[in-house]
Amino acid sequence: MFPRPIEQASPAKQWLYTAAVPLALFLWLLPLLGVAVTSLRPASDLAAGNYFGLPSHLAFENYLDVFRNTPMGQYILNSFKVTLPTVIGAVGLSCMTGFALAVYRFPSNLIIFFMFVAGNFVPFQILMVPVRDLTVQMGMYNTWYGLALFHIAFQSGFCTLFMRNFIKSLPFELIEAARVEGVAEWRIFWFIVLPLMRPAIAALSVLVFTFIWNDFFWATVLTSSPDTQPVTAGLSSLNGQWIAQWQLVSAGSILAALPPVLMFFAMQKHFIAGLTLGAVK
Amino acid sequence: MTAPISGPISGAKPSGWKANQRKLAPWLFLTPGVLMFMVYVIMPIFQSMWISFYDWDGLGAKTWIGIANYVELIDDEAFYTSFKNNILWLLLYMLAVPAGLMIAIFLNQTIRGMRFYKSLFFFPFVISQVVVGLMFSWFYAPNFGLLYNLIEWLTGSGIAILADERYVTYGIIAAGLWPQIAYVMILYLTGLNNVAPDQIEAARLDGAKGWKMLWYVIIPQLRPATFIAVVVTVIGALRSFDLVSVMTDGGPYGSSRVLSFYMYEKALSEYGFRMGYGAAIAVVLFAIMMVFISGFIWKMWRDETER
Repeated sequence: MFPRPIEQASPAKQWLYTAAVPLALFLWLLPLLGVAVTSLRPASDLAAGNYFGLPSHLAFENYLDVFRNTPMGQYILNSFKVTLPTVIGAVGLSCMTGFALAVYRFPSNLIIFFMFVAGNFVPFQILMVPVRDLTVQMGMYNTWYGLALFHIAFQSGFCTLFMRNFIKSLPFELIEAARVEGVAEWRIFWFIVLPLMRPAIAALSVLVFTFIWNDFFWATVLTSSPDTQPVTAGLSSLNGQWIAQWQLVSAGSILAALPPVLMFFAMQKHFIAGLTLGAVK
Repeated sequence: MTAPISGPISGAKPSGWKANQRKLAPWLFLTPGVLMFMVYVIMPIFQSMWISFYDWDGLGAKTWIGIANYVELIDDEAFYTSFKNNILWLLLYMLAVPAGLMIAIFLNQTIRGMRFYKSLFFFPFVISQVVVGLMFSWFYAPNFGLLYNLIEWLTGSGIAILADERYVTYGIIAAGLWPQIAYVMILYLTGLNNVAPDQIEAARLDGAKGWKMLWYVIIPQLRPATFIAVVVTVIGALRSFDLVSVMTDGGPYGSSRVLSFYMYEKALSEYGFRMGYGAAIAVVLFAIMMVFISGFIWKMWRDETER
């Protein structure tokens, strides 16, 4: 193990280390803690210049204010309406493309695979004008499905890369054996490979959920009104209206961050397994 | 006993669907995904290139103007500011790689509660960049921001980072580094977990430790993690849009613009719907990205075909 395990160091060093880790963590999360505390600070504290002391009381009313006076509830609902279909669509499509690219040998296999990989890296701006135009022409501008449709297509690039590599690591003998038995190809996919893909499906689902929930660029390009805008775009426009009302900005930020954070803590193992795929060989 | 006999007979008969099934199947599985990817990702790249030769407001008729958009770019001061900032982003974002490695090494221990600490260190990556931007705006805010007060306490006078043309881009990059370092850290933590213990022991017996051990034994073994860390960091640096938009909206006086933001501003914001000009900027950004993408793809292609 590198570095040398701390248990082998002197007791003083061990003590120092156990103290240093929480301290470092505190400093690391300082911006987050500051915002979390501010979100619970009554407006009167901020007006009186009490920015860093303890709040005079815990002002949960800030959160109520956000829900009551802004479309925050609607924004969050919109985010779910875009995110959940995208997760299902992108993961579903990539189960199939990943299977095709991992299991079959045909001449253009690698070319199609690298088309997905390369497309996944391009800057969003090169897609912006045509995708917006296409969405407008299909009558899907400023709708949750117009946004979700694009996300499904774009995310299928990363998802295909992920699924294909995952299926490649499965034992190929299973598929060979099934073929010898005369099992149809779609049955091999459905009954043999798909059940083995469960961990990959879980990992990809949490990742895609987080990516799409946190997307801001496409939300601003493809939606424009509070009844369809996801929470990132909504928060940004609220920020413009809440000039210097930091207790509200903070409460809104915490609310917008909450779903992916909960998702992360609930599915931590899958999340990290998904992100670090390929970091080890 | 008829079954064993019927097996080879039906197998020997190359009837249409059954025989071609294995040839046809991959295409059936691929069609929906490839089709959507073509329509929404591959084709738009070429359409953007095409549009960059037009003058177009997004609604009316397009007018062919040849390379006029690109000629205009050459004399556009805002374009150079954005371009320069993009280079700055790329260079400084790379700090995420060593910084992430350092934190990973710092945390690669097994004291009590370590798993919890690690996931909290990773936390910033899970949060939307919009929220990160707001958090850092608060952190930097004049008069009551934590950092502002810290600088004031140290030097006697505070600096309004986001309102100062000299510091604004650095301030935004620092905000971007926060989640990026967390991402790189998690890549390296996974990498460190898989470093061969026998090699470390062998190197220890030979007297290697500290930096020497890190440089000659550990880092070479972390190469796959480093590759991914560099890829995601380059992509992240060139995709920087959210933070600029949320924290400064490109200001003050356009000094914190990057190409991705400037393109959006030209094509879609209230300053005018110049789709052609925006597309030209996007093409330049794409060309820069292409240099890196081809590098990544070339390496991945080599890995694939060598197997």
